[in-house]
Amino acid sequence: MTGASTQVFNLTIRSAINLVLIALLMFTGCQKKSDEQKEEKQVTTIQVKGSDTLVNVAQAWAEQYKKVAPTVDVEVSGGGSGVGIAALLKGTIDIASASRNMKQEEIEAAKRNTGKDAKNFTIGYDALAVYVHKDNPMNEISLDQLAAIFSEGGETTRWSQLGVTIPGAGEDEIVRVSRQSSSGTYEFFREHVLQNKDFKLGSRDMNGSKEVVELVGNTKTAIGYSGMGYATPSVKKLSISSKAGEPACSPTVENTFSKKYALARSLHIYTMGEPTGAVKQFIDWILSVPGQKILEENGYVPATAAN
Amino acid sequence: MNKEVNTDIVRPKQIPRRAFAAIAGEKLIELIIRLSGVSAIIFVLAIFFFVFREALPIFFSDHFDLFKFLFNTQWYPTSAVNVRYGTFALTVGSISITFLAMLIAVPFGLGSAIYISEFCGPKQKESLKIIIELLAAIPSVVWGFIGLTVMSRMIISITGAPVGVNLLNGGIILALMSVPIIVSISEDALKAVPDSYREAALALGATRWQIVYRVLLPAAKNGLLAAVLLGVGRAVGETMAVLMATGHAVQIPHGLLDSVRTLTANIAAELGEASVGSDHYHVLFLTGVLLFLLTFAVNLTADFVIRGIRRK
Repeated sequence: MTGASTQVFNLTIRSAINLVLIALLMFTGCQKKSDEQKEEKQVTTIQVKGSDTLVNVAQAWAEQYKKVAPTVDVEVSGGGSGVGIAALLKGTIDIASASRNMKQEEIEAAKRNTGKDAKNFTIGYDALAVYVHKDNPMNEISLDQLAAIFSEGGETTRWSQLGVTIPGAGEDEIVRVSRQSSSGTYEFFREHVLQNKDFKLGSRDMNGSKEVVELVGNTKTAIGYSGMGYATPSVKKLSISSKAGEPACSPTVENTFSKKYALARSLHIYTMGEPTGAVKQFIDWILSVPGQKILEENGYVPATAAN
Repeated sequence: MNKEVNTDIVRPKQIPRRAFAAIAGEKLIELIIRLSGVSAIIFVLAIFFFVFREALPIFFSDHFDLFKFLFNTQWYPTSAVNVRYGTFALTVGSISITFLAMLIAVPFGLGSAIYISEFCGPKQKESLKIIIELLAAIPSVVWGFIGLTVMSRMIISITGAPVGVNLLNGGIILALMSVPIIVSISEDALKAVPDSYREAALALGATRWQIVYRVLLPAAKNGLLAAVLLGVGRAVGETMAVLMATGHAVQIPHGLLDSVRTLTANIAAELGEASVGSDHYHVLFLTGVLLFLLTFAVNLTADFVIRGIRRK
């Protein structure tokens, strides 16, 4: 038992050391921050959080905006549209990005928590693409077939049921790649493909748009959905028809824009109340030509193309 | 001893002053030590109280049913039509991955502890111990990263599985993470066995293996069990690595190559989105309570097992 007791002793010493270290870190961290604030008082920080679909674009905006307005620091983080909106309601961020509309209960909660209305800016459009591995011979799929693959109680679990044999793949079972439930992409897919029914359990729920495409690119028998801006050479986007037999439409900029493509959606950013000062200038810049050009370069359809 | 007592008696006038400062200082230190001793209890109770308080409102929700929560496999916390909170698949995921990890880690951990403490020379012993401690210092996110990239590719190419992030991947990663803990604690336990035992066994003509098997393992039983259980605790509670390496699919695994989701990974992935005060938020805290009770049960059984061993 002495062995165990020395171990316990070691552990307490270790945890004590850890505590001291943490305290030190916090202390120095605080100091540093206040020093920085003293040095450059005029720097304002804008916090943007939310959609994983938009996180790459928002990052590019932040970098470019630094050149336009050097005194404004834009900090970007992902987590999912739901996470961003929840943070906006708590008041911890300035701008929430979302790949879905705000829900009624979220709008009400916003009013209740802050007394302000959430303000919506539509900043662009995106097509939700259905991805398969590049070796998959399939080129198009209907919404019904997708629902049968992804929804609870849907009967399609094997590629042979769709009449597809994937060359070089040992298995026939469809590997479904989905998103975590805080994702706006997840909710959009559930609403428009599954008609608000639930997903079949057992799908691989990835934590980001990029991860979905990556897993599909590594897995010959996989099928998944993600923003159209995330395509890589190892995956293929499927054309989508609303019913089997009807003409299918590919996720291109024109088709997204004309709403011919069934899974086109608008992209939003939200603020609490009418934005002012640096936040307003930032949003105006996003909606201006340079901001929209960055959106287009990242594979999305600019909002200004509508006019 | 007598001399000291004598000197005290010789100078009686100086005693009260010194004693006052000394007593006050001693009392203070005693108080601090006592507080830090009790603080563990306070912290555990406070954590349990907080987690349970956040979980409590779910019992009054219409969508909630305790039996279904424990034994239903359907986890649909954000469903638009039919919200269901069944954590059975997650519990099975946690238990199966811990079991697999221990299946790999315990033989390796004990074996390496026995080797370090009984079979290898002093130089090798030092370097091995340092390297194993280094292994313990690798952050769990880095382990998860290894699982996601290196291990997953290896599993695909060796087994031909369609997806490399699965039960096997998570189990191996968790095993690698718990081996250092098991090794260092079991090595301590083996070291604590008095040398006279070894000498006696040697004198009776026992071989090295006989000493280990017949003398050391029975003598160090308690410490070894403690080592294994700390490993189990590490495996049950691990979050980041399993989140990345297991594939995050809600289902009861039918084989080593199925993806699973664990209770911890589920909380980590979903707590950020659940708005404070919603059913989903409360149910995630209840999953925390479930996890707490699970580890509590493991520790308690361990305690009983150790006591049982002692009585014999």
